[in-house]
Amino acid sequence: MSGKPVETQLAESIVDIRNRRGDGNVRGINLTLYRLLQWSKSPRPYLMLIGFALFLGFWYLSVEVWKLPRFREMPGITDVIKEWLSRSPTYGLSLYTAEYYQHIWVSVWRVTQAFFLATVLGVPFGLFLGWSKKFKEYVFPVFETLRPIPILAWVPLAIVMFFASESAVIFLTFLASFFATALNTMLGVESIDESYVRAANCLGASKSQVFRHVIVPGALPFIFTGLQISIGVSWFSLVAAEMVSGQYGLGYVINTSYTMVRYPTIVIGMITLGAVGYVTSAMVRLVGDYLMQWRTRELALGGQ
Amino acid sequence: MSAMAAAAPPLTHSTRGAIVIDDVVKIYDPDGAAVMAVDHCSLEIEAGEICMIVGPSGCGKTTLLNAIAGFHAITSGRILLDGEVLCSTEKPKADPGSDRIVVFQNGALFPWKTNLDNVAFGPLMQGKLNKSHALEKARGMMADAGLAGAEHNFPGEVSSGVRRRVEIVRALMNDPKVLLLDEPYRALDSLTKSVMHEALLEIYYKNKVTIFFITHDLEEAIFLGHKVAIMTTRPCRPKKILEVDIPHPRNYSVLTSKRFRELMEETNVAVHEEALKAFAAGEKEG
Repeated sequence: MSGKPVETQLAESIVDIRNRRGDGNVRGINLTLYRLLQWSKSPRPYLMLIGFALFLGFWYLSVEVWKLPRFREMPGITDVIKEWLSRSPTYGLSLYTAEYYQHIWVSVWRVTQAFFLATVLGVPFGLFLGWSKKFKEYVFPVFETLRPIPILAWVPLAIVMFFASESAVIFLTFLASFFATALNTMLGVESIDESYVRAANCLGASKSQVFRHVIVPGALPFIFTGLQISIGVSWFSLVAAEMVSGQYGLGYVINTSYTMVRYPTIVIGMITLGAVGYVTSAMVRLVGDYLMQWRTRELALGGQ
Repeated sequence: MSAMAAAAPPLTHSTRGAIVIDDVVKIYDPDGAAVMAVDHCSLEIEAGEICMIVGPSGCGKTTLLNAIAGFHAITSGRILLDGEVLCSTEKPKADPGSDRIVVFQNGALFPWKTNLDNVAFGPLMQGKLNKSHALEKARGMMADAGLAGAEHNFPGEVSSGVRRRVEIVRALMNDPKVLLLDEPYRALDSLTKSVMHEALLEIYYKNKVTIFFITHDLEEAIFLGHKVAIMTTRPCRPKKILEVDIPHPRNYSVLTSKRFRELMEETNVAVHEEALKAFAAGEKEG
């Protein structure tokens, strides 16, 4: 058997497949930029704009034109935008007031601290839950009992435990994030195909090497799903926590605006929350894509 | 050993990788359901031989492979590799090691590592080579197998045929005594399969490693193997052992030869009988 033909053909077909795909040699952050560029060339941005236009159009029509029941008392889009863009806002909060940015900054900083803590503690905790059956037997039932308790139910205890309101707010924000991250990480470890661990054993990997080269990267897709949920949940919890205590923050803005009957400001607070939350979530996704290029590329091949 | 190698027809000059399976029994859940997977199975595989294990799905062939690889314990008997006891009644579970490397049914290349990093994995983990040497050796071995173009791709980006070859190269990086293949080509279409068979033989002719190859495809078994062991359905034990006297090196023209068809006829009945039994047993269980 000559052998050469089979090998050369194979080598050529591999190169061929790579050339056809176009992004075969794009790596790292360039891959993300490349995908962003592809996105901007596709019809998808327009669909997104149409989606927003429909939503805002419905808001405008239902409140200001049709004055539908239930919508009649709501702040209309024109009031909100006027207030938001006003240099001297009626209720004191707009794009031109320093206070607006201070509220955003305080909330972002609280979420950052809570999310960081939840990740630094939740990921290793979840990895051990998945890795050690014994550890799971001890800990998981307690974990599952605490997990369904809503954040608002924790408020009194948080205030008793932490005298400073700032640490109470961060604790409350942290809690749900921690549960989401830890649970997903554990599921990630449990989802790893036994063959990978066996293959690593065959190839001479020690227990700690299996942990580092198989368990951690194998759980990463689930970990990042967990982190996406975690960042979202931390914004929910933050607002709940800020309504209870604190002097700044978007949750505080919404709550005080309610008691002081400043309806447009409530909506400004809500929209700002949504936008900031979206950005943080996109950032987590970007980091995930960057760390899991194997997965990004597999999905890209599948046309997603 | 050398006398035997001289007597045996070509390609059995290797002196490492002789496996003796001696009266092995495996019972799952001995205190409960007590399912007998392997029943007093004995089989000898010579160093450097390709031994094909043929049997219906679920007959217990993989149990045997898992025992050799050290993934599962045996209940009694013993398995030797080059005269050394891997596992026995006293020490029922072998230690997994890089002298016996498994190529898995669904493939187990790490999808998060590039093909090159996958191939370099073994020597790096064992501390046998430093990073640059391991990568250099991996590049050389991939180039030899015609895989140079796939080095920097992730396994998910190449075809399943390429993945299988990369996985075999990853195993050979460790200079194993035995390759344990668990139906590696099961999911491939028959055209890709024929390419993979020739490619496997090419790799084998260069490396002369002992191959323990599980399949349920009789044609594949006779085409590749020096020896074909047809197993009974659960519990598993050799029903018929066929020495394939078609000389190596072989290529696909063998498939249409008279001798090949004779051997197929000779064994087809035995395989079909076991398949029927397995089918009937499956129906009862269901």
